[in-house]
Amino acid sequence: MIDINKVRSDFPILGTKVYGKPLVYVDNAASTQKPQQVIDSITDLYSNHYANIHRGVHHLSQKSTALYEGARETVKNFINASKVEEIVFVRGTTEGVNLVASSYLEPQLEPGDEILISEMEHHSNIIPWQLTAERTGALLKIIPLLENGELDLSALPDLLSPRVKLVAVTHMSNSLGTINDVSLIIEQAHALDIPVLIDGAQSIAHMPIDVQKLDCDFFVFSGHKIYGPTGIGALYAKEKHLLNMKPYQGGGDMILNVSFEKTEYNDIPYKFEAGTPNIEGTIGMAAALDYVSELGIEAIDAYEQELLAYASKQFSEIEGLQIIGTAPNKGCIISFVLDGIHPHDVGTIMDMEGVAVRTGHHCTQPVMDYYNISATTRVSLSFYNTINEIDEITKAITKVKELMG
Amino acid sequence: MSELRELYQEVILDHNKNPRNFKKLELHSHHANGHNPLCGDKLELFLDVVEGIIKDISFVGSGCAISTSSASLMTQFLKGKSIAETRHYFEYFHDLVTGKELDEEALEGLGKLAVFAGVQEFPARVKCASLSWHTLINALDSVDEPAATE
Repeated sequence: MIDINKVRSDFPILGTKVYGKPLVYVDNAASTQKPQQVIDSITDLYSNHYANIHRGVHHLSQKSTALYEGARETVKNFINASKVEEIVFVRGTTEGVNLVASSYLEPQLEPGDEILISEMEHHSNIIPWQLTAERTGALLKIIPLLENGELDLSALPDLLSPRVKLVAVTHMSNSLGTINDVSLIIEQAHALDIPVLIDGAQSIAHMPIDVQKLDCDFFVFSGHKIYGPTGIGALYAKEKHLLNMKPYQGGGDMILNVSFEKTEYNDIPYKFEAGTPNIEGTIGMAAALDYVSELGIEAIDAYEQELLAYASKQFSEIEGLQIIGTAPNKGCIISFVLDGIHPHDVGTIMDMEGVAVRTGHHCTQPVMDYYNISATTRVSLSFYNTINEIDEITKAITKVKELMG
Repeated sequence: MSELRELYQEVILDHNKNPRNFKKLELHSHHANGHNPLCGDKLELFLDVVEGIIKDISFVGSGCAISTSSASLMTQFLKGKSIAETRHYFEYFHDLVTGKELDEEALEGLGKLAVFAGVQEFPARVKCASLSWHTLINALDSVDEPAATE
């Protein structure tokens, strides 16, 4: 059970006002707010423990290193990886995808090879593969969307072939809310020995993740979408892949021995973490994962599904409102369009009511093209939102209609 | 709500619902496409300039209320104006929506367009209001095309 009053009091920003109205923050799919525990972890680091990590023999460097490596352990446990060596810290989901594209996929691609993604991907799970395809002569293939916002997985057997060298799909769509049956995708891809990358940017904060049970080859997520800082995320990759992958960037900390003739690279995962990393981000992200674990991701999921059901019902009763993305298995994201009113006007007017929504294409232009729209208004919920806030959002939408009608 | 009323004034709502000069010009001397990739607003602008004077001007496209009404009011405003004047008005309009101080003469010169002063309170919406004007400058700066008849 989520103790909503207790939870809300953990997030200082939720008590603030916007234009004199209490803030209703429902842009969580873009980025989440931070609990005091995360803020304190960063203050504590800089006040008491900070120094550069790994190379220092002095006291503070060892403390900092212990916290940094402890964070790796926290990530490993949070997604149930089997080894800490399988966790690589990156700047975020985007860098994780780019790392896999450059270090894993690109060196093995031949002209005519295929990379399979889906029509609902975020641009960050499209462009890195497109760039790789352009450089190698490989082709991008697409799992198509269905009208309700699900993927047409009946197309999968035809799309999968020995030419496909990687499947990269999102676990949960950031613009439609759809939760994909990634287990089925992984099972079918693995039957042909094709590895699978799961974009966990959205799913990480809303459902239990067990990378061993999923059996995915790669899983990427960002700290800032799960109540942690920006500029930090993690890539999980199976050890067998990491051992064979080329370094992503060169620099300090990713080497064992350097001479001008030859460099011996460090062991995994350090081989992929060149330069002084985002130490505060890593430690802040671990604090966020601890916070979520303490609340319990199952409890979070159950509460958010209640919010989703209530909001979907309330919104669909508004005349002229159409929800985009009505898959039976959805996370707590509701995209909608209002008859004759552009989402940007909706967003501005709702903002004046204190409601922070996202408007636009949400970095998923192919999804907008599929529905033949240029943009949607998106309400993305979190465990710190309330039924009362959903009523406020409904009122704000009604106000939009009055003003623009 | 008062800032909102400032932004969404009746004239803006009216031009959003019933945009004026909303058509393609079969005969035109200048033409340009405007696109705001952030929000997906798209605009196509047509001008028929004869001896330095805008004889006719029109647009088509899709966008929010601010960008649609801005394009509509701009086309009404510029019909019959010279290119030289138009470039001045672009500067005035830009100053208006970005909240720069305008002298009385400039403000008066903008006439009805002064309704867009409310935009300066909404920095995220400045691009919506100015899209049609930037497209206009692009059209004027591009090499004069022969009047298209397609």
